[in-house]
Amino acid sequence: MSLIRVENLSLDIHGTPILRDVSFDIAPGRVFGLVGESGSGKSMTSLALMKLLPDGATRAGRALMDGRDLFGLDEGAMCGLRGNEIGMIFQEPMTALNPVRTIGDQVAETLVIHGAARRAEALEIARAKLDRVGLDGARFPLDRYPHELSGGQRQRVCIAMAIALRPRLLIADEPTTALDVTTQAQILDLLRGLVAEEGMSLLLITHDLAVVAGLADHVAVMQSGRIVEQGPTEALFRRRAHPYTRALFAASAHRPARVPTARPDTLLEVAGLRRSYALPRRTLFGPAPRMEAVRGVSFALHKGESLGLVGESGCGKSTLTRAILGLEAVQAGHIRLQGQTPISPKMPKPARAAMQVVFQDPYGSFNPRWPVARLVAEPFHLLPEWPKDARARVEQALCDVGLTAPDADKYIHEFSGGQRQRIAIARALINRPDLIVLDEAVSALDVRVRAQILDLLARLQESHGLGYLFISHDLHVVRAITDRVMVMRAGEIVEHGPTEAVFADPAHPYTRELIAATPVIPPAWMEEPRNAPVV
Amino acid sequence: MLRFALQRLFSLAISLVVASLVIFFVIEVIPGDPAAYMLGMNAQPETVAALRRELGLDAGPFARYLAWVGGMLVGDFGTSYTYRVPVSELVLARLGVSLPLTLYALLLSTAIAFPVGLIAAARRGSGLDAGIMGATQLGIAIPNFWFAMLLVLVFAISLQWFSAGGFPGWDKGFWINIKALTLPAVALALPQASILARVMRSAVIETLGQDYIRTARAKGLSQRQSVLRHALRNALIPVLTIIGLQFSFLLAGAIIIENVFFLPGLGRLIFQAITQRDLIVVESVVMLLVFAVILVTFLVDMAYAAADPRLRRRGA
Repeated sequence: MSLIRVENLSLDIHGTPILRDVSFDIAPGRVFGLVGESGSGKSMTSLALMKLLPDGATRAGRALMDGRDLFGLDEGAMCGLRGNEIGMIFQEPMTALNPVRTIGDQVAETLVIHGAARRAEALEIARAKLDRVGLDGARFPLDRYPHELSGGQRQRVCIAMAIALRPRLLIADEPTTALDVTTQAQILDLLRGLVAEEGMSLLLITHDLAVVAGLADHVAVMQSGRIVEQGPTEALFRRRAHPYTRALFAASAHRPARVPTARPDTLLEVAGLRRSYALPRRTLFGPAPRMEAVRGVSFALHKGESLGLVGESGCGKSTLTRAILGLEAVQAGHIRLQGQTPISPKMPKPARAAMQVVFQDPYGSFNPRWPVARLVAEPFHLLPEWPKDARARVEQALCDVGLTAPDADKYIHEFSGGQRQRIAIARALINRPDLIVLDEAVSALDVRVRAQILDLLARLQESHGLGYLFISHDLHVVRAITDRVMVMRAGEIVEHGPTEAVFADPAHPYTRELIAATPVIPPAWMEEPRNAPVV
Repeated sequence: MLRFALQRLFSLAISLVVASLVIFFVIEVIPGDPAAYMLGMNAQPETVAALRRELGLDAGPFARYLAWVGGMLVGDFGTSYTYRVPVSELVLARLGVSLPLTLYALLLSTAIAFPVGLIAAARRGSGLDAGIMGATQLGIAIPNFWFAMLLVLVFAISLQWFSAGGFPGWDKGFWINIKALTLPAVALALPQASILARVMRSAVIETLGQDYIRTARAKGLSQRQSVLRHALRNALIPVLTIIGLQFSFLLAGAIIIENVFFLPGLGRLIFQAITQRDLIVVESVVMLLVFAVILVTFLVDMAYAAADPRLRRRGA
């Protein structure tokens, strides 16, 4: 007996095929995981169930709930169903709530809109639901506004809103992707508890196999609009029958082969670094309180070494990164690259050439109106004069990162996310720097692309003798690519040491907490499948 | 919220002081001696000097500035050089026409623009939307004096529902004046409503693309409910900005319409004062307009804070 049964769902948007013959069943009280890379059609499947598809969508197939075909219902009936029988939460808790209305008001609205309660009563129920999702009345009164809450707290509000009417199906579309790892663990716990207590089913959409492993009873793997494999979670994880599933698993556990290249000489030296910001004044003429973003950080990075910096949002790693890049003035301490002029916003241009950066967003960090040749050549303006062999060096850099010379004449929109990140790395390489700062450089990439970029980084480090400062919230990636790691919390480095030692035997409670919160696939499930078909 | 208001008031006061300084000294450097102008080409130098003394023009600039500002603070704006009556009386009488006219036009333009903009946004891409967009384009393009003349031709001359111009005065009753102001208010409101409707439309469309609208739809709100309950208030900020600008513009910018309808408004007063070198009137009216603009900005700021909790500071 299934709660919802999707049969042969196909979807086109303005003639472009998005989904093909997607069929699955979700049993009552069970968690169904839908995994796949970006663009595989996971979110569109959920939006199709809610009938909230964008304009220009044409759909075929059936979605049966209690024998009713959801696709046959009119808009009025769907409005009665959404939020009532099917609740939904989304990836971006920061923007999912209306900024100008209180959280109590927004949770109560679900009840009021479906005529389940009058306003006063709805607010009481909203209070109870917010308590249920872990937002107690003392700290989170109903008249709080979304901007006064953190991302994790906002996601809790979204969950309270979605479960206010005890829907039978909750759809969670990447519910923890935008959250820190400890917050993610709490939200996943909450979802697990809700499924058990309220007896509802959960359709969990995620790109993270480890999240699915810890939560879902059944899993379906999606690729280019089709479900390529589905079954009970453990069995599917152990068998990995489809080549795509195997590729996904391999990529998510991928660790590039690295040759140690670290040498004893110090490349980057950071000593006693402090940076604080003035907060808005509390009283009209009183002193402005200060927020200490970085409080006394010291470390050294050796030539050819790969050093990881991990920490959750707000721990000060972005401020520290900006200071190291010479984009931010500091109040105390100093930063030196190869013992030369201290790094500061006023440092001379040529000094900047020895250090380059790759940022997270492969879409936002390029000028869309420049050809790739010009984008990659941009760091040349740091040099005393423009090199005569500029074009040749651009082409060489593109080849180094696995692209081709003719790519230099294309524009950035012609490349995929992974290729763009390669171009960003080429741009960072162009001046033959000694240090590349990788600021969440692989965080926005799909697992298979991420594995390729990690391989590329390992290869370039070996061939160019590069030092890496690898900043990430993703412990798995840091473990795969760094020699040493630093754990940052509340503006301080709380633990540092050789990466394997720190991960194997974390000394600081916070490091232990981080590692414990990181979802993992049970190692037993990952052993080589015995009877996998030969492909 | 209170602290936010106090902060705004403080910056309002500073803006006023700076504005008064700028206005006074700019007018100070404009060539032309009001006394000589008032007495005509053939005046004796002694007579001019006497008049300058009488008008207080012989004192130093700072003394005159202080006298001017001090006077304004107690409601004494000085005496008009040409009309020989207190400037405050003159301005007050004109304000009695311009202020109601401005509010009337603004009310009309908002009343038209809100529903029109909302409907266009909700039906984006439809024929109705295209029609509304075309009409507002036309509304912006048509010169308002021409539209005013059309209104006079149709409603005053052919249909004879309204008079073609003039203003009876508030002592003659309320409705008769409202009636007299109707055609000019409509003429003024048309382009403003067109602009406002377009701003409203694009603001609502932008809001409709936000994640929280998707959340609202996932909660079971219909398209219409999500527009009214969630999009509208978020779309208000740009709309409020435009309304604030329109108020300041209409208050003194209605000069052409005032001329078409023979209305004794502020625009005509300042125009006459400038041509007659009646500097004290110019200064006072400009100062008054600056005050109005700053006050409206303050009110718009307060409205922002009322519309958007992120602009208020909690616990302050």
